[in-house]
Amino acid sequence: MLVPIRWLKSYTDMDVSLEVFCERMVMSGSNIETVEVFGEEIEGVVVGKIRKIEPHPNADRLLVAQVDVGAGEPIQICTGAMNIFEGAFVPVALDGSRVPGPLHGKEKVEGGEIIRAGELRGLVSNGMMCNCTELGFSDKVVPIKHRDGIWILDGEFVPGTDIIQALELDEAVVDFEITPNRPDCLSMVGMAREAAAVFGTALRYPETDCSKVSAEQTGDHIRVAVDNQDLCRRFTGRVVKDIRIAQSPWWLQHRLISAGMRPINNIVDITNYVMLEYGQPIHAYDLRHIRGGEIRVDTATEGEIFTTLDGQERSLTTDMLMIRDAEGPIGIAGVMGGLDSEIRDDTSVIFVEAANFSGDSVRATSKKLGLRTEASSRFEKGLDPNLAAQACDRVCYLIEMLEAGTVLSGSVDLYPEPANPKTHEIRISRMSHVLGVDLTGEQIEGYLNALEMKTERLEDRIRVMPPTVRMDLVEEVDYVEEVARMYGYDRLPMTLPRSHVESVRTANQMIRETAKNTLMGLGVNEIQTYSFVSPKTVEKIGLSPEDPARRFVTLLNPLGEDTSVMRTMLLPNMLEVLSRNMARSIEGMRAYELGNTFWVGDDPHAQLPTEKDVLCAALYGEQESFFTLKGILTELLSVLGIEESDFVAETGNAAYHPGRCANIVYRGAVIGTLGQIHPTVAEAYDLTQTVYAADLSFHALYSLVDMDKKYEPLPKYPAMKRDFAMVVEEQVQVGDLEKEIKAHAGDLLEAVKLFDIYRGNQVAKGSKSVAFSLTYRAKDRTLKEAEVNEINTRVLVALKEAHHAVLREM
Amino acid sequence: MIEKLRQMVEEAKQKMDQAASLADAEGLRVKYLGKKGELTEILRSMGSLPPEERKTLGQAANTARSQLEQLLNENMERFRQMEKAAELSAETIDVTEPGQVIPIGAKHLLTITTDEIIRVFSGMGFSVSEGPEVETVFNNFDALNSPPNHPSRDMTDTFYISEDVLLRTQTSPVQVRTLLSQKPPIKVIAPGRCFRCDTPDATHSPMFQQVEGLAVDEGITMSDLKGVLDRFAKSLFGSSEKTRFRPHHFPFTEPSAEMDVSCFKCGGKGCRFCKGSGWIEIMGCGMVHPNVLKVGGVDTERYTGFAFGMGVERIALLKYEVDDIRLIYENDARFIRQFK
Repeated sequence: MLVPIRWLKSYTDMDVSLEVFCERMVMSGSNIETVEVFGEEIEGVVVGKIRKIEPHPNADRLLVAQVDVGAGEPIQICTGAMNIFEGAFVPVALDGSRVPGPLHGKEKVEGGEIIRAGELRGLVSNGMMCNCTELGFSDKVVPIKHRDGIWILDGEFVPGTDIIQALELDEAVVDFEITPNRPDCLSMVGMAREAAAVFGTALRYPETDCSKVSAEQTGDHIRVAVDNQDLCRRFTGRVVKDIRIAQSPWWLQHRLISAGMRPINNIVDITNYVMLEYGQPIHAYDLRHIRGGEIRVDTATEGEIFTTLDGQERSLTTDMLMIRDAEGPIGIAGVMGGLDSEIRDDTSVIFVEAANFSGDSVRATSKKLGLRTEASSRFEKGLDPNLAAQACDRVCYLIEMLEAGTVLSGSVDLYPEPANPKTHEIRISRMSHVLGVDLTGEQIEGYLNALEMKTERLEDRIRVMPPTVRMDLVEEVDYVEEVARMYGYDRLPMTLPRSHVESVRTANQMIRETAKNTLMGLGVNEIQTYSFVSPKTVEKIGLSPEDPARRFVTLLNPLGEDTSVMRTMLLPNMLEVLSRNMARSIEGMRAYELGNTFWVGDDPHAQLPTEKDVLCAALYGEQESFFTLKGILTELLSVLGIEESDFVAETGNAAYHPGRCANIVYRGAVIGTLGQIHPTVAEAYDLTQTVYAADLSFHALYSLVDMDKKYEPLPKYPAMKRDFAMVVEEQVQVGDLEKEIKAHAGDLLEAVKLFDIYRGNQVAKGSKSVAFSLTYRAKDRTLKEAEVNEINTRVLVALKEAHHAVLREM
Repeated sequence: MIEKLRQMVEEAKQKMDQAASLADAEGLRVKYLGKKGELTEILRSMGSLPPEERKTLGQAANTARSQLEQLLNENMERFRQMEKAAELSAETIDVTEPGQVIPIGAKHLLTITTDEIIRVFSGMGFSVSEGPEVETVFNNFDALNSPPNHPSRDMTDTFYISEDVLLRTQTSPVQVRTLLSQKPPIKVIAPGRCFRCDTPDATHSPMFQQVEGLAVDEGITMSDLKGVLDRFAKSLFGSSEKTRFRPHHFPFTEPSAEMDVSCFKCGGKGCRFCKGSGWIEIMGCGMVHPNVLKVGGVDTERYTGFAFGMGVERIALLKYEVDDIRLIYENDARFIRQFK
């Protein structure tokens, strides 16, 4: 909400600096987005009167003007603008002056541009005649007729007058952020009410009484019927005749421009001005085009076509509230008027409408039509129906004041259920109970009175009657906020809650933190990716058609296909991240994401999908292999107390290389998968290096984790080691050999370590040599050579029988 | 004979002076004290001497022996040390060669920031609570006192799964879940992902993270809210920073406020970073609206509470001076590893 300060001061006499004004408004609840002081970048620009214009002798497209700038002889200025004429008053930037700009064809420069005298095609030019943009007005608000060419000023001026004084350009405009609960502040009067409360000044309402009303009655010209009172709470209007369409006076234009609206003509400007004053949208119809002199407010018929005043044809539906005349629609209630009944230069009688339409209905209509206007956005937020008549009278008052027409007596006003002021009772004690500071009844009443609320003291309570525009006040707690902001949040003390509550963390939170810390120690970097993905990811990753991970939670209104479904796995995002890093020439990366996935169908009665935590880890780089990742996972699982999990070769997972993939099995259940990314998938993700990846069903681990650590006594007796190497067929898995060893070595076996695998000339083709180191130890005595030898022999025999393992000379 | 002994010692001293290594010294030891050494020879020849003479010579020989032994010991030790020094010197390495790094992994910037926030609030007795990303419209809006036609409910603002289910737009639904499942006293914070229909740019992301906070107990006041959040801000941004609470509006709190922290770039004087105001907006907060407490069956006469919510990205960007939110979800290793 743009609030020009000089305009605001016409309603209340606060006398504070701009800085203090802003500070105190912010601290009382009217937050400020920006403050712009117009005219700060204008220096040395004066009003000039053009005395004489001649063609430029050396250029067809230039004119040479002699301009009276109030000091001695007129000065010579060359210009390319063709709209100037002798006798015109124009802004002149003298030699050495400063204008905000942007200058023609240039970018805006911070601090403005200095104008220097110069030469234009051989003739001296002592400055510049300015257009509106050069003086800092936005193109969006400059009146159409001033948009091209030099700004021809309306009225008479003394040449040489500083332009800032002549046009009162030094206006500060404050852009307030209005929260949705305070639509009453989307108006100058509303902001003045806030300012008056903050600075303790009186609020003056705008003049609304016309003094020269015609004897003719509004009711003789127009009849109104409201068929749908649910959607139109109030419909009021007056007729004004003898309309003289003209340009508005500068003060009015200037206020509109400062508030961000483009001046059009006096009638339109007045309706806009009053809308800004009260927040109440106003529509003016050319009475000639209200057929039959009657208006009916009713919903549209399905498929009806209507041309709005922006020239667009709109197709209507039965839920849209329309303003109709005897023959058809003339306006979409609260959204936009019709092209046919708009104000034209030859309009002579108008009907000024100020109505109160249902915000919900206006919102729905506006949304359906894709047509959002100043009016619709105000209705949407909710309006006090009592404003309608005041605003309508204010329009009439201004028309009369500007001699733009003659106002007829009376009005039409369909307002069957007037909104009466509400009353609420609030407890004085509740204020301190919520705020933590003691306030007296007098203090509270004072703050509320300042906001134009009537109060009455009832022992420990206060009865409050707020102005009807304050529709946000519905219960006691709303007044707590009013009192608090008037008292000042900054004056509340800072205390800490008295009660003591322990901070606790859940087991799952601690498990996640342990996992993250462990992975950090193992050199794996954490990534975070979007929870929504493209449904195509399941194709890229090669999921089978019946895979449950294809059953997505789907967004109704995604930003795009890439973010249209909730992820069921983290691997696709991981591969995208690694691919991006490869594309950026990053040599290697270890990464993991611990995040959730979204599953439907686990519980058919559930309203919400099941969210399951998954851990995805992946790596690439010169030193990396299947086994570096396996090592990371083994260590992670070990930290979490999940020891002795099996890695079982898996050939059927389409995301992974069939010969380099394993399922991680723990207590008979698959808790994860690990492998080299399948070349086809790698190609789909533009992976230029080999990637090893793993996903762990982290949600399934929560119940398996055992992080209770217990001390085990350190060994007292020496261990005995036995190393041996044996030759086996290539397809024999070392994991099976290890299992065989453990199965036959008995309780005295403390550890098995595979320390070498050899393939080459020393062993037959298709075979490998596998070397193990076995550690034997007893807890209660020193082992004897003989008993260890016996066990070891038993192990070797078992290996030979089960896997045809042949002992090799060490 | 005695003179011979004296000369021998004298000669040994001279020879030792010329010795250059442990081997030379060892040679001298053999020459004088060895089995066939000169002193040994003299001692051996003593048997043929008369007892008187033998006694005198014996004493002289013992003196010579101890002198020789001392000479040898001292010098052999000297040579041993020299040789050790030479050996170590030969093992000299270039200490400026690079270390063999076992690189630690880095946590994600958002995790680091969230953990810091959690740490501060844990210290003030807040526990961490969680809620789902896919939420009900009831928990995300209705129960939080959001008016039925509030613009934030529009499909242009909120991602919907169905009419009643959406991607939560804030972590505030965890307030509702907490109030429904716990009895006061309550002190929780809830970090998590949120979603809004924003096209990604330098300051917007359709997915972002918040930390929500909720405290409900007897006697909780707005002054407590100020005290807790001021302590948080000082803890996170530095003890010299000031906080400012401005009135604002949220449907689920009343009174509502926004908390600003004095600009840590300019110290509150006003700069580009704080858009000239000297303050940086950090979070929204307020006293829990009675309508929200009622959803959880809380007796609003007995209990009051405060709630707050902050954007993790915003705090991360401010604290670590990151200028583009998109970097956060790009996961470039060079970005992530800056925060290890």
